[in-house]
Amino acid sequence: MSKAVLTGTHFMNGDEACCEGALAAGCRFFAGYPITPATEVAECMSRRLPQVGGVFIQMEDEIASMAAILGGSWGGVKSMTSTSGPGFSLMMENIGLGVCTETPCVVCNVQRAGPSTGLPTLVGQGDMMQARWGSHGVYEIIAVAPSSPQEMFDFTIKAFNLSERFRVPVMIMADEVVGHMNERVVIPSPEAIHLVERAKPSVPPEQYLPYQAGPEGVPFMANYGDGYHMHVTGLTHDERGYPVMEVWAQEQMTQRIVGKIKNNLEHILDYDLVCMDDAEVAVVAYGISARSARGAVLAAREQGIKVGLVKLNVAWPFPEDFIRDLSGRVKAMIMPEINLGQMVLELERLSQGRCPVSLVSHPGGGIITPGRILAAVRESLKEAA
Amino acid sequence: MNIAAKALENFEKITAKKMPAIEPVSKGHRACQGCGEVLAMRLAAKAVGESLIAVSATGCMEIISSPYPQTAWECPWIHVAFENAAAVASGVEAGRKALIRKGRIKDDGAKVVAFAGDGGTADIGLQALSGALERGHDFTYICLDNEAYMNTGIQRSSSTPYGAMTTTSPPGKKSKGQVTWKKNMPMIAAAHNVPYVATASPAWHLDLMNKVKKAVTVPGPAYVHIFAPCPTGWRCAPEAALQTARQVVECRMFPLYEVIDGRFVLTKDIKKPILVEEYFKAQRRFRHLGPEDIAYIQKRVDADWERLLALVKATNPDAAEEAKEG
Repeated sequence: MSKAVLTGTHFMNGDEACCEGALAAGCRFFAGYPITPATEVAECMSRRLPQVGGVFIQMEDEIASMAAILGGSWGGVKSMTSTSGPGFSLMMENIGLGVCTETPCVVCNVQRAGPSTGLPTLVGQGDMMQARWGSHGVYEIIAVAPSSPQEMFDFTIKAFNLSERFRVPVMIMADEVVGHMNERVVIPSPEAIHLVERAKPSVPPEQYLPYQAGPEGVPFMANYGDGYHMHVTGLTHDERGYPVMEVWAQEQMTQRIVGKIKNNLEHILDYDLVCMDDAEVAVVAYGISARSARGAVLAAREQGIKVGLVKLNVAWPFPEDFIRDLSGRVKAMIMPEINLGQMVLELERLSQGRCPVSLVSHPGGGIITPGRILAAVRESLKEAA
Repeated sequence: MNIAAKALENFEKITAKKMPAIEPVSKGHRACQGCGEVLAMRLAAKAVGESLIAVSATGCMEIISSPYPQTAWECPWIHVAFENAAAVASGVEAGRKALIRKGRIKDDGAKVVAFAGDGGTADIGLQALSGALERGHDFTYICLDNEAYMNTGIQRSSSTPYGAMTTTSPPGKKSKGQVTWKKNMPMIAAAHNVPYVATASPAWHLDLMNKVKKAVTVPGPAYVHIFAPCPTGWRCAPEAALQTARQVVECRMFPLYEVIDGRFVLTKDIKKPILVEEYFKAQRRFRHLGPEDIAYIQKRVDADWERLLALVKATNPDAAEEAKEG
């Protein structure tokens, strides 16, 4: 049996499943820093990576952790870090550097309640907008939102695949409950795991333009040491990778790094529909709140209430067209989230008054119960009637 | 530069008889049994007394001493983030200085003291600490060194000793635990040419308190590095905590010294050292080490001690002359 892919049925927590997912995806470099409730990802990596010929480094802080995985990725290795709120904040500048230099890498944020040190050991979903907008400047990002240890495994592989394909840092927006929950995790055989590798240049070095749009708008990526001349910079650069302090270069670069995401939504967007065929009310949810929402929807259906669930597996980019269209077909949309209103703003923006949008919120520290979501569903139907 | 020496000319020592009754860190906190870190912090706070303004980085000491209803602090206190104790302390000091200069508040002699663990000092907080030492703020920085990230569950730091087992330096076939040598924080602080640097151990409690008192007495930045046994993280018995704090000094792994205006002074000369092996015995974090590893550690500890003695000699030329003449 492969040491990297522990094929079989396991009982493990979400943080450990994230680590195993990364190893199965081919991650061989992890740089991290202890922080509750993400520490177990690093601890698991420190045990497991040496077994598969990989490297684990504990860095001096999260700034260095994020920077190190950018370096690791340019060294040619699939690289990852994990953290929680305060560390995520420290990573922001280097996440922007990863976006600008188009560096494939994965950042797992096991969210806890904030702001600041907040409730280190308790759940939150308050970093969702930070994941999208936290670094400065113009960019698009990809974020997945697992809701179980199994999805921590599956979505970590998905995160690596998306980051390799689109050359962008991909966030795993987990949360404390998903990270610390112990559940069954089924790890498939290596052959059954679909992996995507970054597209490498095939042209001779003298013809290589490191930032020229390739298929899907993504440039071919040579690693350091492959024999290509590499000039990687966080300054605005042209197709050669050289800094150009001109508006046209800024236009060309930002349009492409935004476009490679926006023009490939059909390959990125991912959501599950539960009981949505005849739904009059749609609960849109992600992460641990999607599990509560699922419970609420199934309970409501037993009572004959026509409600369905849109479970966001990919939170960013947001499924704009789908939600826009949905808002014209349902009587109401409801978003449960463990913050005081973040992703719900997207529903409000996209529905443009076609249907009422309501928030079932929690300030952090506990989950939203199915009962509260069910009550919100009833309320919305009462108002619609 | 004789800033510290001058300020300490009439230094009044804390003695067992003149022990201050004040307890800025009061009882009722939630530290583990046998915690050497909270003992060190309590002694340090006692030494500063009623003029203490405490700045606390994230870490064990913050989490065991601040949450209600076990809030132990009986002085002005601020919890900051993990990396910024020295920077926030800089701001507190500079802000008070500005108000004093404008005559808005009177100079009541308040002492700004930043507390942080080894991770908050040697890793994530090093940049902020270096900046504050370089700018010359009148404050004291106390590193309570329990040699790993204990608050998050025993992960290695750059202050973890070579060979020690932690959850991110697990010993096994491919690793023997921590693979790097402990970062020498007091020397890094001393390299900033600050007036006062010292190391201390709670096993010599009066020495510890006097060093902290000296640190807050000298104008400008001062740095005190205190060894803080952690029975939970070191896998030793709670009652063995102070024994480790004594043995680490007696085996020369953690020498007690001061750097006063750049002059190195050994405050506890260890003429007949015990072996590091003896110090390791009570702690399960070192149990996996073989004779070769221990021999390597002993050799480096001896070399570090010789280097420190050389520094003492080099920075005290008069004393060397006197000794020769005598």
